Amino acid sequence: MNIHEYQAKAIFEKFGVPVPKGAVATTPEGFSRALDLLPEGPTMVKSQIHAGGRGKGTFTNGFKGGVKFCKTKAEAQAMAANMLGNTLVTIQTGPAGRKVQTIYFTVASEIKKEYYLAILLDRNSSRPVIVASTEGGVEIEKVAHETPEKLFKILIDPAYGLADFQVRELIFKLGFTGVEAKNAAKLIRNLYTAFWETDAAMIEVNPLITTPTGDVLALDAKVSFDSNALYRHPEIVALRDLNEEDSKEIEASKYSLSYIALDGNIACLVNGAGLAMSTMDIIQHFGGTPANFLDVGGGASKDQVIAAFKIILGDKNVKGILVNIFGGIMDCNVIATGIVAAVKEVGLKLPLVVRLEGNNVAAGKATLAASGLALVSGDTMADAAQKIVKLVA
Amino acid sequence: MSILITPQTKIIVQGITGDFGGRHAKLSLDYGTQVVAGVTPGKGGQFFEHGTHKVPIFNSVADAAQATGASVSVIFVPPPYAADAILECVEAGLDLAVAITEGIPIKDMIRVKRAMQGSKTRLLGPNCPGIVTPGTGKDSSGGCRIGIAPGYIHKQGHVGVVSRSGTLTYEAVFQLTSKNIGQTTCVGIGGDPVNGTNHLDVIKLFNADPETHGIILIGEIGGNAEVEAARWIKANCTKPVAGFIAGATAPAGRRMGHAGAIVGGAEDTAAAKIAVFKECGIEVAVTPSDMADALLRSAKAKGVTLT
Repeated sequence: MNIHEYQAKAIFEKFGVPVPKGAVATTPEGFSRALDLLPEGPTMVKSQIHAGGRGKGTFTNGFKGGVKFCKTKAEAQAMAANMLGNTLVTIQTGPAGRKVQTIYFTVASEIKKEYYLAILLDRNSSRPVIVASTEGGVEIEKVAHETPEKLFKILIDPAYGLADFQVRELIFKLGFTGVEAKNAAKLIRNLYTAFWETDAAMIEVNPLITTPTGDVLALDAKVSFDSNALYRHPEIVALRDLNEEDSKEIEASKYSLSYIALDGNIACLVNGAGLAMSTMDIIQHFGGTPANFLDVGGGASKDQVIAAFKIILGDKNVKGILVNIFGGIMDCNVIATGIVAAVKEVGLKLPLVVRLEGNNVAAGKATLAASGLALVSGDTMADAAQKIVKLVA
Repeated sequence: MSILITPQTKIIVQGITGDFGGRHAKLSLDYGTQVVAGVTPGKGGQFFEHGTHKVPIFNSVADAAQATGASVSVIFVPPPYAADAILECVEAGLDLAVAITEGIPIKDMIRVKRAMQGSKTRLLGPNCPGIVTPGTGKDSSGGCRIGIAPGYIHKQGHVGVVSRSGTLTYEAVFQLTSKNIGQTTCVGIGGDPVNGTNHLDVIKLFNADPETHGIILIGEIGGNAEVEAARWIKANCTKPVAGFIAGATAPAGRRMGHAGAIVGGAEDTAAAKIAVFKECGIEVAVTPSDMADALLRSAKAKGVTLT
């Protein structure tokens, strides 16, 4: 689960990670109220959407830049009016963009140097890893690719936690000295505590900055959480912003369906994540483009199949549907009955190819054949994929 | 004849009185698996009954293991309690804990994995379909079925299957059985980022098992476990190996932001993994329908008989 920058910074402050002073507004009337909380002087205006690349983004009304530096609070207030309520398109949002519903004003800090700092899971070692670099404020992939010697990684033993010698190692590698070193060490320790205590999946600070007076601050904050652990963090669940999520994905989650929208035109409905992923792959292999990832789970009940069809048909790009069910334990005839009922209930007009395999498959196929529906049966995944690709071509 | 488990393996079911655990305990009993104990704290002394089977329930894994001699446990415990259930198996000194539970917090698994270092217990999963060593009876019954896989699709034979995904494992096994090619053992290692046994661990076991003549390795995008396994295969394994990687069309960065890509490296895309497979002499299945055929191609090239 992702949260906004202003929410992430509130968590940082709670754990003693310094951030520039800031305030949010969700209405034009709220701008001055928020700005009243900040001192007069240079101010940043930051559009709050979950996607990155905001600074270089463009609004659909033509206004450029979702993050702006302003010399005065009055200028900041005028600038915010260009952003609030408008749709920001960035490299990460896709062409549809995201509507900006919250503006975050912060004090514009004087920057001495920018750094990069992130904490996440290292899958190879099954341990948390701190990734840091002296090259902040730029794309970190570029640093990893071009100057990997400027990227430092520290693996943390979960039995002990972040050790002091590891913090020192990082401080030396990043070149901090004096009061900066002391402040940076404290920030790193507190940030790790925030990561561990909140069940974060990833924390990224880009840039982390030093100021001429020796302060070390998190200038930006990107935080995501392990969705498996949300049950023990109601305070984090409360930060969820449904405006930032695909409405079809929200609907799918209500029926325990795992759905991810893609931009192709062949929808698929599959049981099991691995099979769902490879169903998308095989559609592409035979020249089609998948419209979605949809895993109905092990059961594939009638209600789930109906809900899945409705969600799929909500995507206007869809020109055909491929159902691929491997009924291992589940009776294929029960699944077939569910598919027939669902197709009748939603009044499906699009080409439909169904590939059923597994337990009691003969009865399942007979049910599909006797339904009077204009569906096509596929024998193997390859056969089914080729048929649906041909039908939508 | 198999890896990790045999038809004689005695197993414990943790969470046997729950819907999910109970249903699959019954299917395992029907398959002929030696389900000798259940564990549900507070229900010790009761019995889990199914047909002529009467399986004793214990309050703890240690009690169950001591009373029955079971060395393997399968975990159907809900996510908040699953990490604890795994540690209980470690403490009881079991050989193998198979965690079926989906949705265990990553932090719990990070701690469990650290706590298991140096212990004798092997963990399979979590979020996995389990493990099956097919038997010689009708529809492969008489074997050892641990977890949630459909038993009847298997057939006893000489191919080892290892995968992160449940339904893709079934797909591969079904293809093999349809071609009259049996399996030694089929292992689901689970789809979570932090899991116990990985691809390479299982490949090493298959390589050392004289009854396993060929291997199907099924992977996904993310992490570099498949790459690690492929490199080992190139250096150490002469048996025919077929590989498939799911997720060529998955949108990039959907699960994790870009810092993940740094740590994972460039080797965790489907295209990169497939390239490494080819470089390591693994016959790549072009589509998921091609998994059994890919293994047959590799076996033919190496002059190995799979049946």
